[in-house]
Amino acid sequence: MSTQNVLFDAPGPKARARHLVLTVVGGLIVAGIAAAVLWKFNEQGQLEGPMWRSLFTADVWTQYLLPGLWATIKAAAISIVGAMIFGIIFGTGRLSHVAPIRWFCGVVVEFFRAVPVLLMMYFLFSWFAVQAFFDAQYYPIAATVIALTLYNGSVIAELVRSGVFGLPKGQREAGLSVGLTRSQSLRSIELPQALTAMLPALVSQLVVVLKDSALGSALPYIELLSQVKNVGTAYGNVIPAYILGAALFILLNYALTFIAGRIERRINKRGKTAGGTVAAPLPGTTAEDPTT
Amino acid sequence: MGEILRDYDVLGAFWMTIYLTFFSAIGALVIGTILAVMRVSPVSVLRAAGTAYVNVIRNTPLTLILVFCSLGVLYILEINLADPQSPTSIRDNAIRWAIVGLSVYHAAFVCEALRSGVNTVPLGQAEAARAIGLTFGQSLTQVIMPQAFRGAIAPLGSVLIALTKNTTVASIIGVAEASGLMKEIMENETASFAVFLLFALGFVILTLPTGMLFTWMSQRLAVKR
Repeated sequence: MSTQNVLFDAPGPKARARHLVLTVVGGLIVAGIAAAVLWKFNEQGQLEGPMWRSLFTADVWTQYLLPGLWATIKAAAISIVGAMIFGIIFGTGRLSHVAPIRWFCGVVVEFFRAVPVLLMMYFLFSWFAVQAFFDAQYYPIAATVIALTLYNGSVIAELVRSGVFGLPKGQREAGLSVGLTRSQSLRSIELPQALTAMLPALVSQLVVVLKDSALGSALPYIELLSQVKNVGTAYGNVIPAYILGAALFILLNYALTFIAGRIERRINKRGKTAGGTVAAPLPGTTAEDPTT
Repeated sequence: MGEILRDYDVLGAFWMTIYLTFFSAIGALVIGTILAVMRVSPVSVLRAAGTAYVNVIRNTPLTLILVFCSLGVLYILEINLADPQSPTSIRDNAIRWAIVGLSVYHAAFVCEALRSGVNTVPLGQAEAARAIGLTFGQSLTQVIMPQAFRGAIAPLGSVLIALTKNTTVASIIGVAEASGLMKEIMENETASFAVFLLFALGFVILTLPTGMLFTWMSQRLAVKR
């Protein structure tokens, strides 16, 4: 049910008066909270002009924020590509008609979905340091990217599975009846449609990856959040720096959400896939998934 | 392995994870319910405020929120949640601010879960409530919300599972919970698979029953239509 205009009638004079009161009260509460925050900022001297102006000097951007942004985007981009490959392999693995492959992929996917990403990052980082497979400067990015790939790959594996399940049975039956084997039909008929259907969910997963890459700052992988912290320390403006950092993350994620919405509408309008888009597959696998 | 279990308080660390999860879940449920009511209310200011909250918080990394709570709010704005004189004030402040940060972050997802629950309530229910003359407040508290909560159990369950896993982020602001202890062990001893599997298993033990319980409840409590 659409929430608007269903839960309440068109307001009459009494209701309009009540709504006016609520509007004023609500507005006052919101304004009050904002005022309290600003007052507290002012009390601790966080509103002074130089603090904020120093955020918009060239140095802050060229030395801290832009490299940080690039590191975040780099980690997110590598992770999402890795996660897609992992997801397609293990997602189709879970649909395999060979039982041991199905079980193995099921255990792997469920395991990586249950383990916190940060726990994996901590482990991988320490483990690389012990094993010393490669140059030490790559430990942080490798730990960040691999942990993100494993977790999000498992989520995408579930998306693939629900995407294939969401297709009408006739697609697969048609494949089999023209003489394709089961895996041929999966590969060349069901999977392509499932992938198109899950495209919006995939872009939304990118938001999750982008946000999760901030976990890397704990290793430390020097990404946007670490650089924001550095700006705060270097210029003595911690609070303005974090607010700017949050704004950058929000802007980036908002753009991605917007793109996801556009793709979804476009696919639905084109109507080429038999199943439509995968809106909300299994619980805990959508962009609604509150992973960090 | 035996030595590690003897020298480090693994159970205590997982107890902290449970403690954080429990209180943050309550906080997130309270804030999230208020937000959900705001977002379906007829007052446009409240709707806008609720939507703005959800959009801002949902697109901000949890790490940033927690670090901001600790570095910005606690140390710069000097808002203490524990008596600064007490000997455990640093530890208590970190735990309490972690709970606040986790609650604030997950409230946005609780709100969205509840809204999806509201969407499972058929149109006729709201129309019937209006037809017998219930006001918005009455129809919401007597008719819509009780059904919405029951319809939202599955998504609320995934929020709770994610919250359990996300308590690990509190280690970044110095709360001694499971992942923080694992990091400590790996720094002091060695990074072995066994230690990682021990902690991973701990999280599987915490999240698996939660998932099964919520799946069972969502079927058991589903509104029969």
